[in-house]
Amino acid sequence: MSTEEIRAALAEIVNEVAGVDADDVQLDKSFVDDLDVDSLSMVEVVVEAEEKFGVTIPDDQVKNLKTVGDAVAYIERASAAA
Amino acid sequence: MTARTRVVVTGLGTTNPLAGDTATTWDRMLAGESGVRPIEDPAFADLPVRIAGTAAVEPTEILDRIRARRLDRSSQFALIAAMEAWKDSGLDVPQQAGELDGDRVGVAMASGIGGVQTLLSNYDAMLAKGPRRVSPLAVPMLMANAPAATISLEIGARAAVNTPVSACASGNEAIALAADQIRLGRADVVLAGGTEAAIHPLPVAAFANMMALSKNTGDPTTVSRPWDTGRDGFVLGEGAGALVLESEEHALARGARIYAEVLGTGITADSHDIAQPDPEGRGGARAILRALADGDIDPANVAHVNAHATSTPQGDVAEALMLHATLGGHATDVVVTSTKSMTGHLLGGAGALEAVATVLALHHRLAPPTINLDDLDPQVDLDIATKQRDLPLGDIVGLNNSFGFGGANVAVAFGSNG
Repeated sequence: MSTEEIRAALAEIVNEVAGVDADDVQLDKSFVDDLDVDSLSMVEVVVEAEEKFGVTIPDDQVKNLKTVGDAVAYIERASAAA
Repeated sequence: MTARTRVVVTGLGTTNPLAGDTATTWDRMLAGESGVRPIEDPAFADLPVRIAGTAAVEPTEILDRIRARRLDRSSQFALIAAMEAWKDSGLDVPQQAGELDGDRVGVAMASGIGGVQTLLSNYDAMLAKGPRRVSPLAVPMLMANAPAATISLEIGARAAVNTPVSACASGNEAIALAADQIRLGRADVVLAGGTEAAIHPLPVAAFANMMALSKNTGDPTTVSRPWDTGRDGFVLGEGAGALVLESEEHALARGARIYAEVLGTGITADSHDIAQPDPEGRGGARAILRALADGDIDPANVAHVNAHATSTPQGDVAEALMLHATLGGHATDVVVTSTKSMTGHLLGGAGALEAVATVLALHHRLAPPTINLDDLDPQVDLDIATKQRDLPLGDIVGLNNSFGFGGANVAVAFGSNG
C-alpha cells in the first residue's frame, strides 16, 4: 500500500471511531490537538488499524503516534517488517 | 419546626415501546395501543419467547453516530428521556433556569441490569477475535451508573449523581431518593428516572427459564394482560422515563410549570424470597402505608393507582391484596390501571415510565386503560380501567407502585397541582 492509501484507510477508521471528517485526517495533524481523538478512542483506532493493516502496534508505542504521519510511518515500517 | 420542603415535578421525558416522546406516548396510552411486537432478529430464533416491547424509536435515529457509539443502549435511552424532561422543565433555557447552580443539581437515574448488551457484545468479540478486541470504552459503557453519569455530564449536575439498583423497583426508587435529596436540602433540582435495554437473547433466555416471561404465542399485542385469567407472565420491554424534580420554592421562583407534587414515598423489603413476591403482599403494603404516612395522605383522597401489575399469576393478585390492606373500603373506589399491558415491563425503566404516566394522569385528570383485560381474575376485586377514565377534580392523589426481585418495594404518592 502506498503512503496515501494507508493515510486514506486510516482516515476512514478515525472517521468511524471518532466522527472526524476523513478529509481532515492529514499527515501533519495531531490526533489529540487537531482531531480531538481522546486516549480511549486512540486505542480503538489502533486496534482497528492493526486488523486493517495486519500489523501489531504495542500499547507502549501508541504514545509515540502523535500525528497521523507518525501512525502512517509506523504502519509502513511494521508492514515492511512483516 | 419549619415546614418540610415540598418537591414538585416540572419536567417529563420518555422513550419507550409506544413512542419516542412523552406527548405521543400519552396519546397512545389513552388510545389503548400496544408497543409489543415480534422480535425479527435471528439471534432469538431458538428462544421460547420471540416478542418484546422494543423501543418505538431507535435511539440511533436521535443521537449522533459517535455519541451513540460511546453509550450502551440503556444510556442512550436515559439520555434521550432525560433531555426531553430537562427541556420540558425549561431548565435548558438560561432565562427560565434563573441562577441555576450545578452544585445544587443532582441525578438519580436507575438501572435494573446495567449495560448488559455492551458486556455481552464485548464478550462475543473477545471469543471471536481475542482480548485485544475488547473495547477500551467497555467499562464506562457498561457500568450501572453510566446512564446517570452521562446525564450529569450533559446538564452539568454536580450534586449527588446516584444509580439506585433494585431490579424492577429501581426507577421508582430513583424518584423516592431524588425527593429525599431535595428534602434534605442537598439539591434544588434532581433529574430522576430509570432505564433499561435488556432485550438480548441471554436475559430473555434467563427470564424465560425462571418462568417469569409469558410463553403465549398468540397475537403479541394481547400477551401482556394484567389481572386477566389468561395471563402467564410478563413481556420484556425497553426504554426510559425521566422526571425533573425540584423544590417547590425553586420552581415557583422561576415561574416553572408544575405538573404535580411528590407527596410521599415508601421503600421497604420483603425479606421473603430472592425472586418470588410475598404472596400476601405485606412488604408492598408497608411501602404504600409509608408513602401515605410520609405525605400525611388520607387514603380516601387516592383516586388513581398505576399498579406494578406485570401480568404474572402471583404478583398481580398480591398487589390487589396490598391495595385492600392499605386503602381499606376505599380500595374499590380507586381507578387502577397497569400501563404494562401496553408497554411491557421495562424492568429498571418501568417505575419511571409509570411515574410519568401517573403524573400525566393527575395533570390531565385521565387514567389510561389496562388493555387485554377480557376476563378479570375473580381473586381481584378492583375497579380497573379498561378504557380511558376521567379522574375527579380537586386535590387528588395518584399512587405509583413498583416491586422488584430481591423483595424490593417502592410506592410513590403524587398529588395533583390545583
